[in-house]
Amino acid sequence: MTTILPIDQMIDAARGTISRDIFVSPEFHKEELEKLFTRAWLFVGHESQIPNPGDFFVSRMGEESVILCRDTKGAVHVFLNSCRHRGMKVCRYESGNTSLFVCPYHSWSYTTDGKLQGVPLYRVLYEGQLDRSEWSLIEVPKLHLYKGTVWASWDAEAPDFMTYLGEAVDHLDQVLDCRDGRPGGSEVIGIHKWILPANWKFAAENFLGDTYHNPSHRSVDMIGIGPSARAGQTGRRDNEYNKGQHVWVSYPQGHGVHSVWMPEEFDYQAGYQQYPIVDEYFRHCFHERKKRLGDKARIMPFTGNLFPNTSYHGRQPRGLCVWHPHSPTETEAWRFFLVDSDAPAEVKDVLRRFYMRYSGPAGMTEQDDMENWLYATKASTGTIARRYPFNYQQSMGAYKRNDQIPGDVSVQITEQNARNYYDVYARYLKGDTWDSLLGRGEAARQAAE
Amino acid sequence: MTGRHTLSWFALKQEVEDFLYMEADLLDQRMFWEWLDLLAEDIVYFMPIRRNVKFGQHAEKENTKQGEGISWFDEDKWTLGKRVEQILTGVHYAEEPLSRVTHMVSNVRLLEVSPSPEEATNVVVGSRFLVYQNRVEYETNTFVGRRIDTLRRNGDSWLIARRELILEQNVLLAKNLSILF
Ligand code: FES
Ligand SMILES: [Fe+2]
Repeated sequence: MTTILPIDQMIDAARGTISRDIFVSPEFHKEELEKLFTRAWLFVGHESQIPNPGDFFVSRMGEESVILCRDTKGAVHVFLNSCRHRGMKVCRYESGNTSLFVCPYHSWSYTTDGKLQGVPLYRVLYEGQLDRSEWSLIEVPKLHLYKGTVWASWDAEAPDFMTYLGEAVDHLDQVLDCRDGRPGGSEVIGIHKWILPANWKFAAENFLGDTYHNPSHRSVDMIGIGPSARAGQTGRRDNEYNKGQHVWVSYPQGHGVHSVWMPEEFDYQAGYQQYPIVDEYFRHCFHERKKRLGDKARIMPFTGNLFPNTSYHGRQPRGLCVWHPHSPTETEAWRFFLVDSDAPAEVKDVLRRFYMRYSGPAGMTEQDDMENWLYATKASTGTIARRYPFNYQQSMGAYKRNDQIPGDVSVQITEQNARNYYDVYARYLKGDTWDSLLGRGEAARQAAE
Repeated sequence: MTGRHTLSWFALKQEVEDFLYMEADLLDQRMFWEWLDLLAEDIVYFMPIRRNVKFGQHAEKENTKQGEGISWFDEDKWTLGKRVEQILTGVHYAEEPLSRVTHMVSNVRLLEVSPSPEEATNVVVGSRFLVYQNRVEYETNTFVGRRIDTLRRNGDSWLIARRELILEQNVLLAKNLSILF
């Protein structure tokens, strides 16, 4: 593999400059697929999508189609969606229930645990040659289920998921746990899939903690589309945390979050005006959560990005997004919307309506993001444009390690999360060891000095 | 509703077609408030997400359902009004500068007429749409699909009481649905 350009020059986190090439060049795209998406832990789906034995959901990991499947005995698998014979996609439905994946091409069939079972004319054509046990569907070597979410890595040497997630777990939990603080308990109520003519990292970086882009959402903030907008409130969501300290936190594994650290004493902020039942529900959840979580209840989430391409919205709206690269300038975006599975019907209804008007390609807020990512990508492809790096110098050095909460914590809007993210990204592209990728290696030590 | 029809049935069909073309024109001329006036206060505006399902499961699973889960649109008049308001702020960057849009409506058929063609107060009308969007310089999207509208008599004109838009795409091939259908 040819090494493209001196990566440390292109990603100079210390100086706060990053080459546009990493967002637009086919070489970087190829390197990412080979060195990053083959190693990092990726989000695949949610157990609520495959509750029963034989249930499957076709997902993606990077550029490739994978099948998330619960086998007939109940175990969860993730397989590459490609027949071992000539590569035909063995499943072209989005979800369903089956006892066999039958390849449409020559009819090899695979059981739900991936084993090659049926080979037409086996006796006549293959006896003594083909050992079926060696031709199972290709399965990810690493799989982890966490509070309903399913994660996988193609690297057998990858650290376990919880190590990879590190202390960002406290923030991810705010997305995955019930609103009243019980662990897990969410369900996926729908998925958006769309094509975005932009580099996938624009989206990841946006969720990582780019609070600075707030002005681009001025139109929704002016007109008001939040859960209380019908009662005349402006803004795109309710102000749930008006006494809290906004924090932007980055982690050695490349994750970054934007959350709020509430004061020791804080009370429920009424929201969901015009929906008394919903407001009452969230008020109830708020107090339960405080009782259950104690000090940890002080963390309230906005957004975050788990390295490399899984983003989340924590509360309003609530869900996970995955940015799948198609090419340097095209991304397939998937957004999974979450609610507590045992929330009352009226609550779910108000939430889903808010999610739809806020998020994704039909969402009034995120349409403006998409416009920005598209034209930022386009206007960076030119020969002259690529000679000039992007500026990442915002709030340089303005963070403290483990300040009240774990991680590199900034209390002002910052690009530190992005600088850290691309620093980790560079280490993947250099093919570093897992120690380095987890921020424990030489590179991390030097960076810290 | 095929077969031989009375003159009043044809007159109604023509009236409904004219209404749909006029409505499309309001959108293309960017007369958004005037367009909103054509929507009933209790309108349901719905565009499901289409899924790839096994043969035999289409009726049950192909389209997301109105009233549950996540669709492209499952909205009421308030939300549609917000969309119009947003476009008219002048800082909704996904529609600033405004897209150029043409709505083609064809295959218009009266699917249900009540109580009668002569005194119709409620009409369910099927049609096809082909919506062409071009924005900024090179960005072009074509949205093609079926539409089922319920129209309610409103004096000399009609109100749209329900609009169902069946877009013929699975993964949405446009970055945004920032226009009205
Ligand atoms: S490609 Fe699948 S059986 Fe031949
Ligand atoms: Fe945004």
